Amino acid sequence: MQNGTVVCNGKEIVSVENEQTFSAFAKQVYKDQHWEYPKFFKMDRLSKLTFLTAELLINSVTISSEEKESLAVVFSNKSASLDTDRKYQDSINSIENFYPSPAVFVYTLPNIGMGEVCIRHKIQGENAFFVFDDFNPLFLKQYAESLTQNNKARQVLCGWTEIDEKGYNSFLYLASPNGTLPHTEETIIKLYTQS
Amino acid sequence: MQKAVYIQEASLITPLGFSISENVSAIEKEQSGIQEQHCTDILDSPFYAAMIASEQIDAAFDKLGDPSKFMKLEKMMLLSVAETLEKSNLHISEKTALIIATTKGSIDALDPDNSFTKERAYLPVLGKKIQSFFGFKQEPIVVSNACVSGILAVAVAKRLIQSNVYENAVVVAGDLVSKFTVTGFNTFQALSDGPCKPYSKYRNGISIGEAAASVVISSEKNKTTAIQVVGDGSCNDANHISGPSRTGEGLLKSVQSAMQEAKVSANNIDLISAHGTATIYNDEMEAIAFNRTNLQNIPLHSLKGYYGHTLGASGLVEAIVGFEAMKQNKLFTSLGYEESGISKPLNIIQKLEKRTVNTFLKTASGFGGSNAAVLFKKISIEQ
Repeated sequence: MQNGTVVCNGKEIVSVENEQTFSAFAKQVYKDQHWEYPKFFKMDRLSKLTFLTAELLINSVTISSEEKESLAVVFSNKSASLDTDRKYQDSINSIENFYPSPAVFVYTLPNIGMGEVCIRHKIQGENAFFVFDDFNPLFLKQYAESLTQNNKARQVLCGWTEIDEKGYNSFLYLASPNGTLPHTEETIIKLYTQS
Repeated sequence: MQKAVYIQEASLITPLGFSISENVSAIEKEQSGIQEQHCTDILDSPFYAAMIASEQIDAAFDKLGDPSKFMKLEKMMLLSVAETLEKSNLHISEKTALIIATTKGSIDALDPDNSFTKERAYLPVLGKKIQSFFGFKQEPIVVSNACVSGILAVAVAKRLIQSNVYENAVVVAGDLVSKFTVTGFNTFQALSDGPCKPYSKYRNGISIGEAAASVVISSEKNKTTAIQVVGDGSCNDANHISGPSRTGEGLLKSVQSAMQEAKVSANNIDLISAHGTATIYNDEMEAIAFNRTNLQNIPLHSLKGYYGHTLGASGLVEAIVGFEAMKQNKLFTSLGYEESGISKPLNIIQKLEKRTVNTFLKTASGFGGSNAAVLFKKISIEQ
């Protein structure tokens, strides 16, 4: 998902005016899919982005609830939760205008969106959130493989979910023994640049 | 059969001291770093936290560089890594990873009263400061996975070494006591009104702390110490983003995953260093998970009574104290524990005891439903 466009398995499924805010775009994607998950509206922007991307991906593959239970999740981005951190910081900057809220504070960690995805699908497998300067396909491949080699997971939901002042972009893929493409850095880059 | 991975040198920068021996000595004397703080730039009312005076950090940092050029957390992490590297004589190669664990990094950079640029709050910027200071060849790997970050980073290092991506890794963890985190936990009404009391009947929340810690993890054994990382797991509760699971599901799965990998059974574990934040729900969740894994009789402590909750640093800080428990064969007291306040029994360590510690389990749990468990084993050294 980026710049008002959603691409899933090479197919564009949503495209809107680029000028639309992320929140309006996210709401439209949610409504278009006819999901009923009211908790979505409580989430911060990073969690919404993570949740929507994961939802579209998981709904597009065949995966049993048993497989979901042991699915590993490895997400990454550049700005961690700074998008919401700034919002929280604004609420504590001055004594005259002091309004910190637990509902905002709870989202000031980058792995919360990952937690939202796990709750939605009852995923109780390995979890880790990493932060890099840039999209890092080699690391995703290496860490996902280390999990399968250590028998910690058979399938790994991997990717990048980034939102900051400059914009947003997310890219998730499922690494699985049932997959059709080789899990190489080249494949990951190709999928990332196509979408 | 997976490759063996070992803990080499470590270091601690905490309110109890800037050396491991000072930390251990304070813990043996049951001295806490938690004090009543009157910092109106953080919270308008007094609160309990374990903090390190900036002057103390600057004085120590002087030997490494100009203290005015670095933020507090950067200095703490640099001091810790410098000491660990010096002790280990590690040669930083293309096959050396730098792994950084933190929840909030230099979040104080967002404060309008802070003189540093807001860019410093980006975790990759913090990572690059540490990378360039010591000349690490590879881009830093930042683990930011709530309060399990510090111990999860140890598992990440082990896994990447076992899959031959790296030969060794420097893992550094750190977090600050800041206006951001103190006001945040205060809105949750999660701050204790005195030094925190893990697992106790009258516990009423956490005390926040700040610390940095680092360790070298390697496929090579160290001459003097031989602690092997034998198993790990980090599983999600899939239950609630801020409340611990009522069944302890994620912690249970993490511990089981570590034990299965290490082929260690419950009665082979000598010590558990648990998370024990002293919130009602966390401690109760742990009691349930440890009973479900049949670990209720294993000597257990929480070190939060000494350090407070050092967030993303806690897992590594507390693991390093555990390594000392293994080397010295000592069970350190779970400070702040009085009458039990959990519904299932745990064998909480109430006084310092000499006892063989060959196998040690470190666990942590955090927001987002995260949990992590890592098992360590002392192996005999050939003389």
